[in-house]
Amino acid sequence: MKELTVISGKGGTGKTTIAAALVSLAENAVIADCDVDAADMHLILQPEIIETIDVSGLKVASIDETLCIKCGICKDACRFDAITNDIRIDIYGCEGCGVCAYACPEGAISMIERKAGDAYNSETRFGPMAHARLGIAEEASGLLVAVVRDNARKLAEKYDRDLIIIDGPPGTGCSVIASIAGVDMVLVVTEPSVSGIHDLERILDVADHFNIPAVVCINKYDINEKNSLIIEEYCKDRGIEVVGKLPYDDTPTKAMIQEMTVIEYSDGEFSNKVKDLWENVREKLT
Amino acid sequence: MKIAIASGKGGTGKTTVAVNFALSIENVQLFDCDVEEPNCHLFLGFNLEKVEDINILTPVVDKTKCDFCGKCSEFCQFNAIAVLPEDVLVFPALCHGCGGCAMVCPKDAIVYENRSIGIIEKSKGGNIEFYRGVLNIGEAMSSPVIKALKKHVDESKTAIFDAPPGTACPVISSVQGADYCILVTESTPFGFHDLLLALDVLRKLEIPFGIIINRCDIGDDRVEKYCDTERIPVLMKIPHDRKIARLYSEGIPFVNRIPEWKVKFVQLLDKIQAQI
Ligand code: SF4
Ligand code: SF4
Ligand code: SF4
Ligand code: SF4
Repeated sequence: MKELTVISGKGGTGKTTIAAALVSLAENAVIADCDVDAADMHLILQPEIIETIDVSGLKVASIDETLCIKCGICKDACRFDAITNDIRIDIYGCEGCGVCAYACPEGAISMIERKAGDAYNSETRFGPMAHARLGIAEEASGLLVAVVRDNARKLAEKYDRDLIIIDGPPGTGCSVIASIAGVDMVLVVTEPSVSGIHDLERILDVADHFNIPAVVCINKYDINEKNSLIIEEYCKDRGIEVVGKLPYDDTPTKAMIQEMTVIEYSDGEFSNKVKDLWENVREKLT
Repeated sequence: MKIAIASGKGGTGKTTVAVNFALSIENVQLFDCDVEEPNCHLFLGFNLEKVEDINILTPVVDKTKCDFCGKCSEFCQFNAIAVLPEDVLVFPALCHGCGGCAMVCPKDAIVYENRSIGIIEKSKGGNIEFYRGVLNIGEAMSSPVIKALKKHVDESKTAIFDAPPGTACPVISSVQGADYCILVTESTPFGFHDLLLALDVLRKLEIPFGIIINRCDIGDDRVEKYCDTERIPVLMKIPHDRKIARLYSEGIPFVNRIPEWKVKFVQLLDKIQAQI
């Protein structure tokens, strides 16, 4: 079984549009939406949820006011400034480490369960899908990503699928690392702006850091052809293949409004270029 | 006053708004809180100098003192320390530096050393005070860098925080403590959906907000309709203009080339002040 993660570093480069299109072109794939804190794939794939799984995250400290003598030991022990001067827990700052509960001489602090979000196993018109929804203002996104990936692997086994296509989050931190750890290849979707180039460099460094092979797709390459050339040269120097160049086009937005992948929506230039991209990616994966 | 700029969905134009806003008003500080993919500096062209390293205290085990009792690994909530029959392994990338393992160790076998996970830089010169944080490649936790970055806020100035995309912990660390949050969105199904998620977070954190619709003439009118029914102020609309897109792709703030926008950003500040 192979795993491919579509990432971008910078947000808004068209990552989800492209991931959804690849899903509609792959014959035997499972879909995993690992952009759990701003998941959009379901808006196009309209999954029918078969199973909902409660995912608990890290615990959170809770102070029993009747036992607390306001000695302040917990506040001094907390390395995350999550206890206020008047000895209250800032639940958004608390990392659930348990140090305060251990340090409290009165046994006034307990660590309580906290829900990270819901994970779903679903069916779509292109096959099984694993996805999730992070609870509002919850923090354990990396953990939720790990659960989605695990669910996707189980679905792949169950339905005998040989590829998992993962839509990863933007950035380079915790949930990105969880989305790419151990996958066979990452497809980086970039755009020819100075920000796109800068973010591409960083995300390729992250892939390198974890020893994951990367290929690049330049989306909207014609909004600045000079910058597109810079990206191509840069990739060449790094020994990374540019597997696709997609034009700036309103097809993605129109398809999105119709809840369709670009492939379903039109067989124009944009879709044809995505098909070429998919052929290149597939070849690289085998 | 502290104003955060967030979006839910990435690529809607947060950085564009943050930079152009900062360049249009007086007495301002700009903080690039997108420490995983910081971009503001690309538009400002300032020289940057390092202000500080951001360190996390990571345990080091003295194996001559340790008797491999396993209490440290039992305590650690982040699976960052594992005890084998004759060895202790620390996984620095997972360690939050809470200090718990040393606290529970009966043999005093654990000390901590500083491990750098990122840096804070500031602009040298330039007409606005600019700070950014950069998370090291391969590091998972951006919140400590964002929190350290925001310690440089000067309360006598207008501080603008350019937040990362999404709705998870780095976003919460960026918007927490702000007096106001501008959400930059585009009126597409993805933009609208992620806007709703971001609104949920701001309501929970009780931060007042308003909306900027970028590329307002692509997509449809779902965002405006929603703002209308929910009585959410639409602070500004930026059209999809090839000139603006081109300037963006080249790293040029559009207020520098289309000065009438400067006036609109000054009015933006007035609108925010009137709302709070
Ligand atoms: S350590 Fe315990 S008793 Fe002391 S202030 Fe904290 S909660 Fe209260
Ligand atoms: S659990 Fe850890 S982070 Fe949370 S309040 Fe206690 S010491 Fe601070
Ligand atoms: S708690 Fe201390 S003595 Fe026990 S295994 Fe950990 S380091 Fe060793
Ligand atoms: S400092 Fe905290 S997070 Fe790090 S290994 Fe020790 S207990 Fe775990």
